[in-house]
Amino acid sequence: MSTALLHTGTHEKKAVLKKKKLIPYWLLAPGIIWLIIFFLVPIYQLISTSTQTQGFGIGTYVQTYRFSNFADAISSSRAQLFRSFEYAFLATVFALIISYPLAYAVAFKSGRWKNTLLVLIVAPFFCSFLLRTVAWEQILGEQGLVIKTLRFLHIFSAQDHLTATPFAVVAGLTYNFLPFMTLPLYASLERIDIRMMEASGDLYANAITTFRRVTVPLSMPGVVAGTLLTFIPAAGDYINAELLGNPGTKMIGNVIEARYLAIVDYPGAAALSLILMVTILILVMAYVKRAGTEELV
Amino acid sequence: MNKATRWFSRNLIRIYAVIGFAYLFLPIVYTFVFSFNDSKKSNLVWVGFTLNNWKNPCGAPDVCNALGNSLKIGVLATFFATILGTLMAFAMGRYAFKGRSVVNILIFLPMATPEIVMGASLLTMFISFGFNPGFWTIVIAHVMFCISFVVVTVKARIASLDPRLEQAAMDLYADERETFRRITFPLVAPGIAAAALLAFSLSFDDFIITNFNSGDVNTFPKFVYISAQRGLPAQANVIGSSMFLIALIIVLVGQFVGRKRAGVR
Repeated sequence: MSTALLHTGTHEKKAVLKKKKLIPYWLLAPGIIWLIIFFLVPIYQLISTSTQTQGFGIGTYVQTYRFSNFADAISSSRAQLFRSFEYAFLATVFALIISYPLAYAVAFKSGRWKNTLLVLIVAPFFCSFLLRTVAWEQILGEQGLVIKTLRFLHIFSAQDHLTATPFAVVAGLTYNFLPFMTLPLYASLERIDIRMMEASGDLYANAITTFRRVTVPLSMPGVVAGTLLTFIPAAGDYINAELLGNPGTKMIGNVIEARYLAIVDYPGAAALSLILMVTILILVMAYVKRAGTEELV
Repeated sequence: MNKATRWFSRNLIRIYAVIGFAYLFLPIVYTFVFSFNDSKKSNLVWVGFTLNNWKNPCGAPDVCNALGNSLKIGVLATFFATILGTLMAFAMGRYAFKGRSVVNILIFLPMATPEIVMGASLLTMFISFGFNPGFWTIVIAHVMFCISFVVVTVKARIASLDPRLEQAAMDLYADERETFRRITFPLVAPGIAAAALLAFSLSFDDFIITNFNSGDVNTFPKFVYISAQRGLPAQANVIGSSMFLIALIIVLVGQFVGRKRAGVR
């Protein structure tokens, strides 16, 4: 019923779009100008910085169009670059596996608890994500109960750790971005007309076939949005690698942060940032094209 | 199949959901519990129960200064981002105009750019223009990355409105301005409120972009990050827990009011 209403709504909406020439531009102008000055211009500055070389004194750089900065940046941080995408990919897959049943349960099995459960999915955001990551560090850390229990049961020896491992970093990334996955999944599952699933059952499809052939395809927009919203921030994150990892789990974010704020190597850091951004954009475009969803905003 | 296994298989997804929520909330419960810990320096091991941290949340050096900065920045950034984003959302949701797809891309790009890239590029610009990073550079940065989220949230609300409501108002001789004031805006308002709440929580919780553009101004996430390396004071847990509870109450009250209004209508 409500979905039917929504559909007529969107159809008529198309016809209703007003054609007043200047008003939309006046409405857009302040926001667009803000985004141009504080998003596009900085990106341009980043591009320009990425080909500079050190001038006289630390932190001063001159434009020399030194494109080998990119090759240098890649060759010195290849491991961290690949690791970032590997960890982000793993975290996205785990988040999808954890979120799908969760979103499904909230969308179809929660009855009158639906709105409350929805609030509970968003609720972790209200507690600072750094605090939550520090909490994980302490729960899984050397002083925590988990590791002591595992050692007591002789599942872990004194040399085994939970924190300062790649496992902990991926787990932290998965945890941090989980609601970004669950919410779009829920939104697209909730929109599915339940009669579609019933019809599939009437046509002698069993529960698994219905899920595979009806539910999953109809929830694809949510899967695409959720995986993007998880993968992009996870690939650029450095908090989890810093708090839950060890020197061998450093991601590209750690390298960029150190080069900017500690080593003051702006060109190298700018080159790495651009490599990260362009790689993500290429991956996203290829993925969106394959998944066949056009309107993302 | 006996009764127990049948119950289990029928409720499998519910059991799974309970475990999922437990996983989501475990670190929050941990943070809350350890806010009552009678710890002296580092809040790592449970010592004993105390209410002192809650009675004296500013007891740890610098924690309330950082919190104050975060709240001020959050309110300012939310205010500007909500206004700019809402105006854009109305343009996108209500008007046909040339250059729409370019605007769409410009709105989408900040959401598809990793925070570290935005933080680093903004710092590059501030440095090259001789700007010293500080309080206002943080506000500027936060407004920038919140705008897109506001546009998307408000636009979704505008798109879900039934256009017949506005047509009905026009049929009843309301002019365009009055229709907007009495029909459209009240209907879109919950979306704007949700967007503002989202913007505030994004701003309050941001660390990466802030860390790049804050100079020596401290914010709450920055405080947590820096002190995590030597042991977090329990006061940070108190502040984190109270922010969590306040936000939860706001949302639940908002939902309750919304349901009540819907019931009256």
